[in-house]
Amino acid sequence: MALFLLGCLLFNYPLLSLFAGQGEIFGVPLLYAYVFTVWALLIGLMALVVERRSD
Amino acid sequence: MLTGATIVLASFAYVGLLFAIAYYGDKRADAGRSIIANPYIYALSLAVYCTSWTFYGSVGRAATSGIGFLPIYLGPTLMAALWWYVMLKIIRISKANRITSIADFIASRYGKSQILGGLVTIILVIGIVPYIALQLKAISTSFSIILKYPEVVMPDKAGAPLFLGDNTFYIAMLLAAFTILFGTRHLDATERHEGLVAAVAFESLVKLLAFIAVGLFVTFVMYNGFGDIFNRAAEVPQLNALLMLGGASGSYTTWASLTFLSMLAIMFLPRQFQVAVVENVDERHLNKAIWLFPLYLFAINIFVLPIALGGLMHFQGGGVDADTFVLTLPMAQQQPMLALFVFIGGLSAATGMVIVETIALSTMVCNDLVMPVLLRMKWLRLTERPDLSGLLLGIRRGAIVVILVLGYLYFYLAGEAYALVSIGLISFSAVAQFAPAIIGGIFWKGGTRTGAIWGLAAGFLVWLYTLLLPSFAKSGWLPITFLSQGIFGIDLLKPQQLFGLYGLDDTTHCLFWSMLANIGCYIGISLLQRPNAAEHSQATLFVDVLKQSSATAGSRFWRGSASIDDLLALLGRFLGPERARDAFAVYARSRGEKPNQAPAADADLVHYAESLLAGTIGSASARAMIASVVDEEPLGIDEVMNIIDEASQALAYSRQLEQKSRELEAATNELRGANQRLQELDRLKDDFISTVTHELRTPLTSIRAFSEILNDNPQLDTGQRAKFLGIIIKESERLTRLINQVLDLAKIESGNAEWHSSEIDMREVLEDSVTAVSQLFKDRNITLEIKAPPELPLIVADRDRLMQVMLNLLSNAAKFCERPDGRVNITLMRQDDTLRVDVTDNGIGISPSDQKIIFDKFRQVGDTLTQKPRGSGLGLAISREIISHFGGRLWVTSTLGEGSTFSFTLPIKASSKFEVSGLKLDQKFGT
Repeated sequence: MALFLLGCLLFNYPLLSLFAGQGEIFGVPLLYAYVFTVWALLIGLMALVVERRSD
Repeated sequence: MLTGATIVLASFAYVGLLFAIAYYGDKRADAGRSIIANPYIYALSLAVYCTSWTFYGSVGRAATSGIGFLPIYLGPTLMAALWWYVMLKIIRISKANRITSIADFIASRYGKSQILGGLVTIILVIGIVPYIALQLKAISTSFSIILKYPEVVMPDKAGAPLFLGDNTFYIAMLLAAFTILFGTRHLDATERHEGLVAAVAFESLVKLLAFIAVGLFVTFVMYNGFGDIFNRAAEVPQLNALLMLGGASGSYTTWASLTFLSMLAIMFLPRQFQVAVVENVDERHLNKAIWLFPLYLFAINIFVLPIALGGLMHFQGGGVDADTFVLTLPMAQQQPMLALFVFIGGLSAATGMVIVETIALSTMVCNDLVMPVLLRMKWLRLTERPDLSGLLLGIRRGAIVVILVLGYLYFYLAGEAYALVSIGLISFSAVAQFAPAIIGGIFWKGGTRTGAIWGLAAGFLVWLYTLLLPSFAKSGWLPITFLSQGIFGIDLLKPQQLFGLYGLDDTTHCLFWSMLANIGCYIGISLLQRPNAAEHSQATLFVDVLKQSSATAGSRFWRGSASIDDLLALLGRFLGPERARDAFAVYARSRGEKPNQAPAADADLVHYAESLLAGTIGSASARAMIASVVDEEPLGIDEVMNIIDEASQALAYSRQLEQKSRELEAATNELRGANQRLQELDRLKDDFISTVTHELRTPLTSIRAFSEILNDNPQLDTGQRAKFLGIIIKESERLTRLINQVLDLAKIESGNAEWHSSEIDMREVLEDSVTAVSQLFKDRNITLEIKAPPELPLIVADRDRLMQVMLNLLSNAAKFCERPDGRVNITLMRQDDTLRVDVTDNGIGISPSDQKIIFDKFRQVGDTLTQKPRGSGLGLAISREIISHFGGRLWVTSTLGEGSTFSFTLPIKASSKFEVSGLKLDQKFGT
């Protein structure tokens, strides 16, 4: 549940807007990098929570 | 080279492989060794979410709106985080109630309503058939493109022949064949299709690998990694805009509303419901799927933007539809095998979706639309047919073919029209209408059937008006003035600026208004009414599913009676007689009974039959069919409330516990009391024995002492000798009397005493007793008088025993009345139905504490240790036993120093005891 709220927060205005402009990291546009990083992070956290709970 | 024959061959080989996998999956399932019973296959099958709309369309969308394609996949990721709460609950509910489709779910939740089931099905058919058409279009388009290899030419927009002349038609029919073969192999209560799921999971794997292959090729072969692509794109101004939000990629509102929409779609699209809920083997698989499925989405999307940018840069100047970049880029790079692989990938994306969606739709059409209507048509006499399972399968197969033909026709007619291209989001918006009824239904008990119907209908109409009809208008099927001027030229009713709301994109606009209408009606109407008994019981089953054990769920809300034969016959009609008998045998075995043992079905069996039937024809129809063979007493709302209200149940239970513990306490107290009485009796017995021995020893001691004196002193004078002998005789007499009395008392108490009852005159008894003791009284100078009325009724009693009582009372009186003016009065009188005798003396009297104990055995007034006992201490005890034997009472009233009155009563009327005595008397006299 907390992850859901975190995800909603990270994937929406206004946090999203911070990364919506110009700029790049390692040659990858900032927005693209941000969204995919957060996405990967979220999946990792969900895996962690779920696998730990099922133990 | 890539020839048409190769392509067709490859396609058929691929479809053949699918057949093989599905066949193998079914075989394994029949053998009980499921190949899909693991979380990885489950997660892969969930990826049926990614259709050709993802496979080809994402790139197209990314080419026009940049990162704007992502919310469609971010929504499901977010939703997955909530699956633990929401999906788990839906799966539990569906398994407990044998729910086989989303229409069934909603209908079942709201009191097994056939209307709701039908409504949901209609919405889905309207919303989903165009979506199926889109898949067919993708297959058709990609096929015509790859056929032209190595040229990259967009297919002709028109002129394809209808039906037999069109490849797409064959594809549609092939898919129908596949679906029928593996989707409607037999009727099953769970409606699970293992082979099909295995094939779908395989397809998910293929499309993922194909897409990643293209991604890697474009990114690392055509360009030098991500950085290279983005750097080059950044140099082109139009492309640069795609990399930022707020411009071409759409506003934050759109972003948020698309995320929300896809969150709902991942739950409520029929194909998602089918694979996630209906085909779920084990709810624990959900755990892994919660992160594996988002990971799949992540993987299939990571190359979307690079491919889009690569395509835009490669095909500068247009001419190539961005939707086809995935296929056309490898073609343009002369990569025939990769292009073929991509084509197969696209084919799997489309076919997977079509197959699962068609299965789900056909189940709904059959169970919630056709069967209820057919069953209602009395003239068809369907309910009397012995076996309907064939008919059911026929309807499903027919529905599959009809749905695919409809999809094909829509594809053929709509072609490139806007209505087809944008159908993805339109479909999403349609299924989003189920969210209030379902989410509300599993978390809120107050939702009612009417509320759900109105909410759904309102949301659906708004969706129709603000999204579907405008898409028709944009396709030119409706006058475009419908959009620009509103219906009937009313500005406020402009479909995409309803009531003047503008500034939102079409989807967001529709989502806002339809959800407003939907949720408003659902909650508003639900709040206005009370759910009826059926709704309330279903609501509790759904909302509290995690608290209930599946075994008891459902059956407790039912009471009534049905015969097993009727149930069996009913089930046989829909499942086939053989399967029905098997199912009942399995049920009986699971309960440890022999099959067909009892003629009447209990509530559990009826519930079991209903759930079996629900799996086949839907819960609403099952309810109606079961009701037709069961004499049901519907539960009143109050009763249901009582039964299901968990709180009151718990309360009642704890009350019962309290009651039980109170009873237990009472029993314990009784036991304790009994134990105390036993101990008291034991103590009394010990006392009695020790007293008896003591009493016996006293006379014995004196007899022995005087005997020894006489023996040791032969020279004693005659006077002394006579005196001592006198004492010995007296003490012997006393000993004899004592032993007699002990025996007497023992006899009376044990009920072994002999009673010789006869009709006696009490006055005579009194006079005789006075005569007997007159010498004793004279010796002690005590006056003795009798007062008695002349006429008194006779009583039935033992004369000798009454004499015994009187002599005891009189001798006691004499003993304690040794004074100059001592006098004893005997009064006889009638008191109600009794005769009463008072023996009054003016002796020393008895203290109140002594009055209580003088009737006890061996109790004597005064100190028995220092004074010589003046009696055995048994006389009064025996007297009281005698009087009470004849139904009377013996008591004493006394004042210390003024004298005592011993009184007893004897009943005049014969009681049962007298009759027994009288009987003895008669026998005695008769012989």
